[in-house]
Order: sequence, then structure tokens, then C-alpha cells
Amino acid sequence: MAAEPFLFYTGAMPIENAPTLITQPPDAGQAQSAVAGGIWQVHTLSEKGVIKGVNATLHGLKNQASVAWDLSQIARMDHIGAQMFWNAWGKKRPAQLILAPQQEDLFRRIEEAGKKEPPRTRAQRVNMVMRLGFALLVFFEHLRGFIKLIGQVMQDTWRFIKRPQAGPWREISANIYHAGFQALGITAIVGFLIGVVLSYLSAQQLRMFGGDMYLVNILGMSVIRELGPLLAAILVAGRSGSSITAQLGVMRVTEELDAMLVMGISHGFRLILPKVLALAISMPLLVVWTDSMALIGGMVSAKIELGLSGRYFLQKLPAAVPLANYVIGLLKGVTFGMLIALVSCHFGLRIKPNTESLGKGTTTSVVTAITVVILADAVFAIVFNGVGF
Amino acid sequence: MDNDKLKPKRRQRLNRPPEGDVGDIVVQIQGLWTKFGRTVVHQDLNLDIHAGEILSIVGGSGTGKTVLLRQMLGLETPTKGTVRVFGADVSTAQAEQLQQMRNHWGMLFQEGALYSALSVFDNIALPLRELRALPEDVIYDAVMLKMDMVGLGLEHANKMPADLSGGMVKRAALARALALEPQLLFLDEPTAGLDPDLSDAFVDLIQALHRELKLTVVMVTHDLDTLFALSSRIAVLAEKHVIAIGPTRDVLEVDHPFIKQFFLGERGQRALEVLDERDAEMDTEE
Repeated sequence: MAAEPFLFYTGAMPIENAPTLITQPPDAGQAQSAVAGGIWQVHTLSEKGVIKGVNATLHGLKNQASVAWDLSQIARMDHIGAQMFWNAWGKKRPAQLILAPQQEDLFRRIEEAGKKEPPRTRAQRVNMVMRLGFALLVFFEHLRGFIKLIGQVMQDTWRFIKRPQAGPWREISANIYHAGFQALGITAIVGFLIGVVLSYLSAQQLRMFGGDMYLVNILGMSVIRELGPLLAAILVAGRSGSSITAQLGVMRVTEELDAMLVMGISHGFRLILPKVLALAISMPLLVVWTDSMALIGGMVSAKIELGLSGRYFLQKLPAAVPLANYVIGLLKGVTFGMLIALVSCHFGLRIKPNTESLGKGTTTSVVTAITVVILADAVFAIVFNGVGF
Repeated sequence: MDNDKLKPKRRQRLNRPPEGDVGDIVVQIQGLWTKFGRTVVHQDLNLDIHAGEILSIVGGSGTGKTVLLRQMLGLETPTKGTVRVFGADVSTAQAEQLQQMRNHWGMLFQEGALYSALSVFDNIALPLRELRALPEDVIYDAVMLKMDMVGLGLEHANKMPADLSGGMVKRAALARALALEPQLLFLDEPTAGLDPDLSDAFVDLIQALHRELKLTVVMVTHDLDTLFALSSRIAVLAEKHVIAIGPTRDVLEVDHPFIKQFFLGERGQRALEVLDERDAEMDTEE
């Protein structure tokens, strides 16, 4: 056993070990010579500042056929060190070269590898029109997949209705817990704060022309019909949508999805349907919850800012906001919930088994889910144009 | 076991590096204990790995072979005891020192562990680029050389890991492990999941690289063919420590139920016949 083993990495590299390259100008009758010494290994070459000097010297000697090279003084060399010389020689042996016997192998190896040319891959040129075409194709492909998914969910729902006792009850319950119950905290905080902010801002404007008591109308209408469902949906899209996509994506990566198919367990019935149903059930409940939190926030703010009592606020609310708005809000909740589940399942199932696709798929899923929710909200606004005022 | 005590003929069979630094201890494990909760995996385990040898670690499932490998790499910290690699304790080494060590070893993970977001070329180039010193043209040539070394067609350079077959993933991962020309190479089940032909080719490849690059190889494997073909020494893990270590033949002679069952079953016999044939060939060559 050697007492001082491989402590090559301790401290600074001793000077005599650093790769050196000494050139001598042509003497009378003698060609220019380059004598290399030290350790020409990747680790010594990558020491601070070494490569610059070596590169500069090598560059100066590049493709000069008349230089006499002497590498036999090199203590140790690896393929990368050898490669540096090889490149400086213009990928062929110089006419005058002195090698140590053990260096022959290195250069033979490099020479052999250099003979094999990697096949040139033609770079695909994509112009604007083609890019637009590709984007459209991808879009239609997604649309087709999405419609197929909806059809699948409808079939599975029918199967569920026919034999409810064989349904995925446990999965539905678990999903309601994860997507619904566990979202109560965050929706409460966000709802409350938005209520406070909205009430505060409206109160300031209303006070200018003495319309203080209309605060209840503004707040009630906007929160119950519009903001409550939208807020809850955006939060759920960020929370549950991303987790659904990531979960399905990881199941793809670990081949769990394939394992399910092999066992004859349908993805649609056991994975997608429970998520869609669970969100369809828990989203309207979350909407009610967010609504009430936002209204409580508004109430608190109104009390402080305008001195409106809570009792007045609550008494005024039913008159200010017709029941239809409430129903529309719940309807939005159901729709948004199902859309979020469908979009995130759609992207989750399309994730390819690699990490990049997983990250990209999850991002796209959340962004698309939120966009789709807002689109659906616009549709609601048009369809229920004259209802509930 | 001291190599000097071996019969001269057997010594020639060992995969000796041409250089005379055999005997230097590259990895030294002393008094190692590993506990997971209440389960004791390693109990007072000692193991020395010499420069230039191919040491295989075998053992039943759950005997902590992979854990041992991970401890050598500093991925896991032992409960007690020291793991010294290149003479420095892996678990207490300073960050800079550890980085130096990492640049001197390569690891081939069982599933390859290629970065799926990077192409094969970029995977192999990554350790070289991380040095932030080498010019890109040298990196390009070095990667091509490594791909050629491991027998990976250069046309695969731009493919993504997801598009490669199992054997090609292993080769690409080996090329990446060799990128920095390490002195020490760790292999975790190098031939698992390869078909017999590919597995034989892989064994030849590692043998050739071992000769060419004068590597020290530490390998965990279940595959008896690989084991017999490659190992210069075998360490058998059982009963929470190394029950036998030495050249293949010597280990086979150890009287222990696990060794009997592991090596001398039907599969073991078949693999041994191959070993005998190979030895006979080598003897006639001599």
C-alpha cells in the first residue's frame, strides 16, 4: 500500500505538472521545433488559465508543416490532450514527430475515429408560412383529441349510470378531497382579500356621488355572478389542473398507464371520469365558499370604510342580487370544473416519457385551462345576456 | 487477499493494467455501518479496491450492493465508518475536493440516467462543458471519439435519449461516464436489460476500455457471465459484510451457503464452463 496515494487534487497543481509547450524559432539549418511536457490530461488542461496559453501557442503553430514536434517529454496524456495536438496538426500526423510508445495508441485511436464522418443532417428550414401551418395542424390535432376525450368521458358516464355500484367511487371521493377540500384554505384567503379590495375601491368611487348604499349591488352582483366562479376556477386550474397533468405524465413516464391498459383497466373510467366528476361536484361548492368569503371581506371593508353595518349588507343582498345570478354562478362552477379536469387530463395523457415534456405539458395545461375557463366565461356572458338583472 | 500470494499462472490471468501502480488503494472502506431505520444493512464492512482491477460486488437482493456503490460516490452517507476514495473521505471532503474527485470518476447508472432533455451529443459533452475551459471544437472531437470508443454510431449523436434502444442508452451513458477520462469507473448492473448478444458485446467493450484507459472498475452485477468474464476480483456481500473477496476461483472455493447457491447452481455451472474454456484458450496461447 502506498503511503501517499492519489492526492493529486490537493492544493495547486505543481508547476512541473502543468502542460507546457515550448517552441524554438528555427535555428540555422534546423526547423522550428515544439517540445511539449508536463501532464496533458483534461484535468490539468482545465486548470485556470492553462488552456488559454496552450491554445494560443498551438494556434500559432497551426498547419505549419515544417515544425518538428516532440511529445516524448509528456509525463501523462489522455485523449483530450492528444486531441488538442491533433487539431493543431490539421487532423493528420506532422512530418516530424517524436512520440513516446504509449502515446501511439492514443493517436491511432483518434485517427481511426476521425475517419468516420458523422452524417450531415440537413437542417430543416422553416419559414413563417410553414410555422403557421404547423401551429394550425397542432391546434386541430389538439382539438380532435379534446373532442375525442369528451366523447370518451360521455361513454364512461353512461357506463357509470348503467352500473353505479361498479363505479370508481373511491377515486371520486379521493379527488373531491384533494381538489375540493384541500383547496378551501387558499380560495378563502384569496376570496376574502379580493372582496376587501373590491369593496374598498368601489366605496371610494361611490362616495363621490353619494351612492354608498349601492355598494351591496355592485359587490353582490360582481362577486356572485362573475368573480367568485372565475377566481375559484383560476385557483383550481393552477392547483389541481397542474397536479392532474403532472400525475398522468409521471404515470406515463413510469409506464403505469401502460400497466393499467394491460390489466384491462380503462384510463377513461378509472382516471379521467373520477377527476371530471370530482371537479364537477367540488367546483360549485368551492364557488359558494369563495363567494361567501369575498362577500364577508367586502362587508368588513364596507363597515370600516363606509360604516355600512353587516346587518344592512345582508338584508339588502337578496334584493340586490336576483337568485338567477346565483344559479348562473353555480352553473359556471360545474362547467369550469369539468373543463379544467378535461384540459388537464388531455395534456397529461399527451406527455412523452421525458422530463422536458413533463414540464412543458404541465405549463401548457395550466395556461390552456385558465384560457379555456375565461373563454367559457365569455360564452356564459353572451348566453345569459338578459338573465338575472 | 494479497495478490502476491497467488500462483504465478493465476496472476497472469488477472486483468492487470500495464502500469506498475497495482497495489495502490483507490477505494478504501473501513468499519462501515449502514442502517435504514432499525434494519442493519452493513455491519462493520471492510473493502479495499486496488488501482487497475475490476472488482465485482455480488450478493443477494437487499444486501446493500447498490447502497455501497452509492456510498462510494458520496450519494449516501454511511451511518458509521469511513469511505475513502483516492485517499480522501467522501463524506467529509470539502466541496472543491469533492468536485475534483467527481471529475476523476465516472458512473454508469443502471437505467443510464441520460438527461432526457439533451441530445446524446449534449449528454456526453456536458461533463466536458462543465469544466468551462475546453474549446468547443475539442469538445466536439472528444465526444465523437467517445462515441466511437463505445461503439455508438455517430449518426445517433443528434438523437434524444427517448429515441434510443436500451443497448444504445447504456452505450451513450458509458460514453458520458468516460467523457472526463476517469481513473475510476463505477458500473451498476452494466448488462441488466440487455439481450445476451448485446450483453457480450458490452462485456467486450468494457474489457477493451479497461485495457486501453487503464481504468479501475467497480461493478455491481447479478449476471454470472458478465461477472466471470470481467472480474479480476469478486467481493461477496452476505450477512451484512464481505464474506469473501478474491479472484473468481478462490471465491468459488469458499464454503458458504450463499456462494454455493449463487455460483454453483445450474446457471453458475454453465457460466463456469465458459470460464474454463476461456482459461484453457489462454493457457494454450501462453
